[in-house]
Amino acid sequence: MTSKIAYEDVEVGTELPAQTFPVTRATLVRYAGASGDFNPIHWNERFAREVGLPDVIAHGMFTMAEAIRVVTDWTGDPGAVVDYGVRFTKPVVVPNDDKGALIEVSGKVAAKLDDNTVRVDLTAMSAGQKVLGMSRAVVRLG
Amino acid sequence: MALDQSFVGRTYPPTEPYEVGREKIREFAEAVGDTNAVYTDPEAAKALGYSDVIAPPTFVFSITFRAAGQVVEDPQLGLDYSRVVHGDQKFAYRRPVRAGDRLTVTSTIEAIKSLAGNDVIDIRGDVHDEAGELVVSALTKLVARAADAAEGEA
Repeated sequence: MTSKIAYEDVEVGTELPAQTFPVTRATLVRYAGASGDFNPIHWNERFAREVGLPDVIAHGMFTMAEAIRVVTDWTGDPGAVVDYGVRFTKPVVVPNDDKGALIEVSGKVAAKLDDNTVRVDLTAMSAGQKVLGMSRAVVRLG
Repeated sequence: MALDQSFVGRTYPPTEPYEVGREKIREFAEAVGDTNAVYTDPEAAKALGYSDVIAPPTFVFSITFRAAGQVVEDPQLGLDYSRVVHGDQKFAYRRPVRAGDRLTVTSTIEAIKSLAGNDVIDIRGDVHDEAGELVVSALTKLVARAADAAEGEA
């Protein structure tokens, strides 16, 4: 494992480069195929509304996959992630237009731990709402 | 109806091996828009010390969730899957999943709770490689909403 970030170079409070991830209906169809999660709430408006959702929503696991990219793009080595957890607090609603939705992810170092690892706390927002809670990763640095 | 607490601690038989393919990893990385070469280029993976391309951190969920089907669909447990939403997800990694891995999943019911009429179940999926070494543990919290609860969760 080869992280391009050195443990010595980060402090509690160090901010990771924030990123914004677009998600459209086409993104969700592609993710459904790649992940094998074909739940119709992620592609069928009629079904989504029938179960009380405002519209089609993104897979929670899609949002989780995007959020960790702020960490893996920072370190360069996705294999350096030791722990990663999230709570799905609000859905990412994806309208049927060309723009879709945006998932905005930021992260900062919350603790320096043993063995060259740090805990990064992530924040993921969409349409002004926090879509992930307790979103934390432990990652080993160089 | 609350779920039977006696299921806590129950472990289900390991799944048949899932063979991780390079092209499946590529498909997943493209689906999440991640262009890190360590997912698609074996040379880039070797430069980071891996014997083959590795999978993005959440890739393994497809495998553990399928395995969790044994629990979710256990008629004796009686979880109403039509009311289930994904509450929390955690992964504890020993090493990244990589192409060529043959992975089996052993699912265990860690906890069953009843909160405000909702059934909450924690399922741990321990993922082992062909050598029997633990690769990653996935902890999945599922919430089955009470039949009369307001709908609309992630």
